[in-house]
Amino acid sequence: MSSKEIPGDLKFLKSHEWARVEDNGLIRVGISDHAQEQLGDLVYVELPEIGAEVKAGSGAATVESVKAASDIYSPVSGEVVEVNEILSDKPETINEDAYSAGWLFVVKASDRGELDELLSADDYAELIEHEDD
Amino acid sequence: MTEKTVLNATHRELGARMVDFGGWDMPISYGSQIEEHHVVRRDAGMFDVSHMTVVDLHGARVREFLRHLLANSVDKLKVQGKALYSCMLNEQGGVIDDLIVYFLGDEFFRLVVNAATRAKDLAWIEQQAKAFGVAVQERPEFAMVAVQGPNARVKVIGLLHEVDRARIEKLGRFAAAAAQGPHGVPLFIARTGYTGEDGFEILVPQEQAVTLWKELVGAGVAPCGLGARDTLRLEAGMNLYGQDMDESVTPWEAGLAWTIALDEGRDFIGRKALEAQKAAGVPRTMVGLVMDDKGVLRHGQKVLTDRGEGEILSGSFSPTLSKSVAFARVPAGVTEGLRVDIRGREVPVRLVKFPFVRDGKPCEGI
Repeated sequence: MSSKEIPGDLKFLKSHEWARVEDNGLIRVGISDHAQEQLGDLVYVELPEIGAEVKAGSGAATVESVKAASDIYSPVSGEVVEVNEILSDKPETINEDAYSAGWLFVVKASDRGELDELLSADDYAELIEHEDD
Repeated sequence: MTEKTVLNATHRELGARMVDFGGWDMPISYGSQIEEHHVVRRDAGMFDVSHMTVVDLHGARVREFLRHLLANSVDKLKVQGKALYSCMLNEQGGVIDDLIVYFLGDEFFRLVVNAATRAKDLAWIEQQAKAFGVAVQERPEFAMVAVQGPNARVKVIGLLHEVDRARIEKLGRFAAAAAQGPHGVPLFIARTGYTGEDGFEILVPQEQAVTLWKELVGAGVAPCGLGARDTLRLEAGMNLYGQDMDESVTPWEAGLAWTIALDEGRDFIGRKALEAQKAAGVPRTMVGLVMDDKGVLRHGQKVLTDRGEGEILSGSFSPTLSKSVAFARVPAGVTEGLRVDIRGREVPVRLVKFPFVRDGKPCEGI
């Protein structure tokens, strides 16, 4: 239903998190526009501590909408080097701009090979299309 | 098989996000749930509540029957059209359902009961009605639209036939009357609701519900989903059946003591159990909680107190207060030092009186 384009440089987990490899090699992580639509108005985001170790496919953050709380999995393993502080006051930033200003945290990846396990933007688009069936 | 109200296609045309709600395919929101909440607090919004069950009761002994069936006393209903909120209890004092009863004639009362409890309610009512010779008639041919908010009444009244306007304008709270709507649609209009705001709940024949809905949109009433209805009723301190009480809970334990009428000599179902529990001391009580920290209180979270554990019943983010509020059932006598276990973290919460919000504003102490 969403007309919003999925940026082609993103890679995805089936559980709707995106990963973007930055120019400096770090991995920025967020949730998809489809995910924020499903969740509805976000009211609270619990982010990892800077310096925390996260594991690919394991819970690293929690987002809460009016409706429900959802675990956010890290797409890659590594150390959290930055978190999006804006979200503590303005969690709705994720609803407004899931692929850019609404990012969650940045990981210094310990195993870049994990990136190859993720879905491409096209594959993810196909996944959510069939999810609505 | 999921059931659909007659407005289902209209919701989909409006781009609603649909969810299963007690076996019904219902709109949870059309856009932002929080915006829908605010429009009801500040202006006027409407909800399709056609999934709710309307049951008409006819018979010479119908009042006597309701004296027996309901924990609140229908003898409070003296003027035709007046309505009353009540619990319907089992013999153990547990809540089978909560409902609104309308006094429509000496031999005619109407009940509006919950959708999710429809089958067991009808079975129970029919079983009890036999001894009183009361006929129980479900009215599935009605759709129901709740129009709520400070400007809701004005917007509805503007759509009524001129001859009905003054009469509906004077309709008191918790009273209902018939009126003619746009294009001559026959309406049953009740000044009731589930949001804490003024407004009407309107019964309309199914085949004319879409017409009424579109006229209301034209009058500036915003379609709102059941998501906003839930946060509105929680702020207003209103119970939700299945979440705040069920058959294992008495009204004393669910903040519903105000609905129990222990009037002299009235033998209602569950009365003995209620009196026995009151005499022995009610072990648990329902309280209001506010969390000043960030996070959201949710149904099923554990509440920690110095007198033992309790649990969150209805819990959500409150759009009016911009923080989380909840009902909780806790050991009787607890007042301070409450914490809630949120994913392993103990977060302090304050015990407060509810409603949390009244007339669109936070209540004192919230």
